[in-house]
Amino acid sequence: MKGFWKLAWVEIKIYLRQPEAAFFTLVFPMLLLFLFGSIYGNKPNPFFGGRGMVDVSTPAYLAMIIGSTGLLSIAISVSSYREKGVLRRYRATPLRPAAVLASEVVVHYLMTLLGGILLVAAARLVYGLRFEGRIVPVFLGFTLSSLSFFAVGFLLASVARTARSAYILGMVLYFPNLFLSGATIPKQTFPQALRAAGKFIPLTHVVNLLQGLWIGDPLGKHVLELAVLAGLLVVGVAVSAKAFRWE
Amino acid sequence: MSERVPAIEVDALAKSYGRLKAVDGVSFSVGVGEIFGMVGPNGAGKTTTIECLEGMRFPDGGAVRVLGLDPRKDGNALRERIGVQLQQSALPDDMKVWEALDLFASYYRRPADWKPLLERLEITDKRNTRFSKLSGGQKQRLFIALALVNDPELVFLDELTTGLDPHARRSMWDLVRAIRERGKTVFLTTHYMEEAEHLCDRVLVIDHGRIVALDTPASLVRGLKGELRILFTAEPGFDAAPLRALPGVARVEKNGNKVIVAGQGDRLIVVVVNALDAAGVRFRDLRTEQPDLEDVFLALTAESGLDGGAR
Ligand SMILES: Nc1ncnc2c1ncn2[C@@H]1O[C@H](COP(=O)(O)OP(=O)(O)O)[C@@H](O)[C@H]1O
Ligand SMILES: [Mg+2]
Repeated sequence: MKGFWKLAWVEIKIYLRQPEAAFFTLVFPMLLLFLFGSIYGNKPNPFFGGRGMVDVSTPAYLAMIIGSTGLLSIAISVSSYREKGVLRRYRATPLRPAAVLASEVVVHYLMTLLGGILLVAAARLVYGLRFEGRIVPVFLGFTLSSLSFFAVGFLLASVARTARSAYILGMVLYFPNLFLSGATIPKQTFPQALRAAGKFIPLTHVVNLLQGLWIGDPLGKHVLELAVLAGLLVVGVAVSAKAFRWE
Repeated sequence: MSERVPAIEVDALAKSYGRLKAVDGVSFSVGVGEIFGMVGPNGAGKTTTIECLEGMRFPDGGAVRVLGLDPRKDGNALRERIGVQLQQSALPDDMKVWEALDLFASYYRRPADWKPLLERLEITDKRNTRFSKLSGGQKQRLFIALALVNDPELVFLDELTTGLDPHARRSMWDLVRAIRERGKTVFLTTHYMEEAEHLCDRVLVIDHGRIVALDTPASLVRGLKGELRILFTAEPGFDAAPLRALPGVARVEKNGNKVIVAGQGDRLIVVVVNALDAAGVRFRDLRTEQPDLEDVFLALTAESGLDGGAR
């Protein structure tokens, strides 16, 4: 256990030393917030059901952070650790193999959470973000969404032969998820056809869930989203468990 | 009492990749406190063998005991007690040297103090350097430090000096000797004969997955029935033919002014020098060459292999 926590701590430091990873999780969401916040402000708007642009976007940006840590960070870091032989080196020690993977989950979850907290704090301080929900359901929804996308990240790292192909696969999935889910551009502005297509994009369900919980929906109102995300989690874990290779 | 139990026992080890028999019925044992070397050309099966001993790969056949344990069943107990330097591995690019040592030390129940290791491996000034910024030799030294971080009884070193400059290689050799002086057993692989000759108590020569020879470096060299070579530079127009008739001379080669006389027997050099002197030949730069493990190796692998190595 000592080794596991030390590994998680070192991995956090390493994460923060990598400008790209830290940028997408911690900085980019805030840049979007300030960009759209400075254009539209956060005045209540009937278009958003009487809420402001920032009120609606913030939970969507949380979904964006989850998408990027899962589809990009996890997939790329695990597959490049395998390709370079980092996983091999760990395997030659008494550290349990599962501890290596668990530390990846812990580290990426904490970084996702940190990115989320920074974003919410900035939105609150600068634009007076309104929150009508309850903390616990939002936290649960956020956690389930994270784990589901992390499982997909592990799945990508498992099926990709090289770090490069994991990167390409991650990008190919990330961009449609980012733009069609409403994580960056509010769905309310989408034409009907695009909204319909969005139903088939996993991140859409994270956006819907978090936006709903943010304005106080009970979890029971989002059974579809919860089911989709739980399904993603199960499939991701099952496929990774079967296909994951250490070298 | 532990002296009598071998550190490593291998019986008919076999491992195939598809149709390729990478290791094909290898048996040997390594005593406690020994520096045991495995030499052979690339693709001979060294890494496959050493990784079967470390529990990193699993054999298809044969029996392996390392420190009395089965690497497959008792992998975790074994990994506590051995140190491993892999031929191919890496650390995260942005991990610092001290973090790696501190981290790996935390994986073991009884870690050694890693600070003196930094010093012994001469990487103290690199302690805050990230892995990706280290030179090849510094990475190698860090990996050796990691292999020693649990104060192991048995250390596996796979190609420890490949890619190092001659100076770094020699300081690595000193280090390996120092490990043994502390009572540890060392199992290493190399494709440098010179390294095996200088470092190892016993050498196993492997080619195409089979043992070609196993003995001390000195006996292996003696086993070649020592051909001695005498090299010198003669004046232009020197006629080498009469040398061929001398007792003990097997071959005479002339290349411009350079002459090589190859043959056997303790008196070879006396005979040759006397003959040159008697004929009034002036010569310079005379020296002799003993066969070394390199010659043994070339002779052995030429016998055993179709092409002596490269597959
Ligand atoms: N994981 C593997 N899959 C397939 N073939 C392998 C694998 N590892 C080694 N080989 C093959 O087995 C043979 C022995 O390799 P190896 O044990 O690495 O030799 P050495 O360490 O002596 O260079 C080589 O022909 C190599 O190509
Ligand atoms: Mg090798």
